Amino acid sequence: MPNKSAGLAAKAFAVYAKDMRLELRSRYALNAILMFGITTLAVVSFSLGQFGLSPKFLAALFWIIMFFSAMSGLAQAFIREEEAQTVLALKLTADPDAIYIGKLLFNFTLLGIMTVIVTPLFFIFTDAPTANLFRFILVLILGIIGLCGATTLVAAIISKASVKGALFSVLSFPVLMPLLISLVSASEKVFDGLPLGNIAAELQFLLAYAVIMVTASIMLFKFVWQE
Amino acid sequence: MWWKILLFLAMSALIVLSYVTPMPQKQIGEASRIFYYHIPQAWICVVAFAMSMVFSIRYLRSHNIGEDDKAVVAARLGFVFCLLATITGSIFARVTWGSFWNWDPRETSIFILLLIYGAYFALRGAVEIEEKRASLSAVYSIFAFVTVPFLIFVVPRIVPSLHPEDSIVDENLKFTMGPTVRTIFFSSLALFTGLYFWMFNLARRIQRVQRIRLEKEI
Amino acid sequence: MYSLKIENLAKRFGPRKVFADINFELQTGGSIAIVGPNGSGKSTLVKVILGLLRPTLGTVGFSLDGKNMTESETRSRTSFVAPYLSLYDHLSGEENLKFFSAVAGDHVTGKEINALLARVGLEGRGTDYLADYSSGMKQRLKYAVALLNKPDFLFLDEPTSNLDEEGKGMVSQLVEQYRKQSMVVLATNEPQEYGFAEQICRLGG
Repeated sequence: MPNKSAGLAAKAFAVYAKDMRLELRSRYALNAILMFGITTLAVVSFSLGQFGLSPKFLAALFWIIMFFSAMSGLAQAFIREEEAQTVLALKLTADPDAIYIGKLLFNFTLLGIMTVIVTPLFFIFTDAPTANLFRFILVLILGIIGLCGATTLVAAIISKASVKGALFSVLSFPVLMPLLISLVSASEKVFDGLPLGNIAAELQFLLAYAVIMVTASIMLFKFVWQE
Repeated sequence: MWWKILLFLAMSALIVLSYVTPMPQKQIGEASRIFYYHIPQAWICVVAFAMSMVFSIRYLRSHNIGEDDKAVVAARLGFVFCLLATITGSIFARVTWGSFWNWDPRETSIFILLLIYGAYFALRGAVEIEEKRASLSAVYSIFAFVTVPFLIFVVPRIVPSLHPEDSIVDENLKFTMGPTVRTIFFSSLALFTGLYFWMFNLARRIQRVQRIRLEKEI
Repeated sequence: MYSLKIENLAKRFGPRKVFADINFELQTGGSIAIVGPNGSGKSTLVKVILGLLRPTLGTVGFSLDGKNMTESETRSRTSFVAPYLSLYDHLSGEENLKFFSAVAGDHVTGKEINALLARVGLEGRGTDYLADYSSGMKQRLKYAVALLNKPDFLFLDEPTSNLDEEGKGMVSQLVEQYRKQSMVVLATNEPQEYGFAEQICRLGG
């Protein structure tokens, strides 16, 4: 097997494909994320009623649901390796960058699937304005990239801790705070029907946040992975 | 030893002077005296967290556990001063703006700093193996710090600031303070910095004694 | 010619000393057995050499023709088998082999997989999940994964744990082959395995 030319992308994809295969066999993380999203949405919608929710409130509500759903499942990719004690074999064969990128893609897929299911339900349950759907989707995509970009490294950190419990959300929240503030503000403007120009600053911010968090994660990940 | 006595005497003098001299800002009144304490505390909080960051980076480079010891001492002291700055700031906010907490950008950033380091200590508590704890918490503190500039950028766009920006310098970078106020203020900054390094050294000595004791037990 | 050089290696966990002053050098065609009673730090030493743990003191150097190898070069030329090393329970044997090959940047063909499975005595069981394997079968599959990259450095910790007589025979054959064509470092406390290696490194007293 002399072919050493397969690059980082192929290795990262191998990690991603393996995680997807394992996930499809157990569906543990996906179920957790989905059930969390749907349950919270249903409870909130049931207790608040459908009409007359202000754009600001809707925006905050949506991103709170997204945040906690993400927290319920995105650490699985790393915790699974620790619990099955497969970390050792992985450390000995794989490039840390490939592991990080593979897991990042995996988390992105999980959150993506969850978003595709929960977002329509959100619009149905809360009667949020659908007039600017395209703009909302744009915010949404940048939002979940940012969410995954910032939490995948945190997931790696907490998977090494002996007591995990609520640690994932405790560590993620401060890191995600600027992202969430910006996402809520952008979504509120979209619900308010403001034109694209008005959310340009937020979109730039979301993009910069995602790029910087992923870059910082790649630089720091090997220090976590070595432990 | 002598500089500690000096620090004690100077600090006492500072406390007295900060109350007997004319108040720094006439419109705000007596409450404005809190600025002799609030700003130095915020300053020490920044210095301590910055030092903690530097020690964390140095730990990741050298894996020398001493660097981690220093990082955690700096973070602890930074946290204490951060709390003090939050409390004094909140009192000041009550007097001048009418409520203890307004989610003003400064308040938001300091609140998140408290959250970051609260999370940092929670993480340290959750990892038993020393080297692991050191690496993981170093990575976390660096990673969390990367988000602070975002906060400074994003928060003021959403909530306008009420925080007095001209307490030290005006738009033309000229001192807004009179000579007495300026002297007391800068002495306070210097004395708090001295106090911080004293506390830092004390904490380091305690750590070293603990390490030696641990070594002897085994 | 690959070589592995260990100099003044020492490891402490906090204040507790595990081992100190370990020195040896191996070249392609060489082999060493790390021996000692339970708790003498055999596995820790192997992990330190593999870079899974940081040494407290000393250095570990992997080199090719006198030139130091990078971390990723070392990784691609090294394999490790140990009882505490786990493969994926919810993947089949073949899927495990394919994954570990792909993640190392290689590609393994179906024929190569079958040959490897036959070599470790797992013919016909490649499509079963590891969850349905016995512990001995899992140990055999670890050997198949270890041979994927035709390692130049082969590390074995308790090489025959969980294996039956036939499996032990397979291992001794394999060690015989690899200590000639590459380099074998094994940690064991079974006296009959001391003979697998030319040199002996004794830990703990």
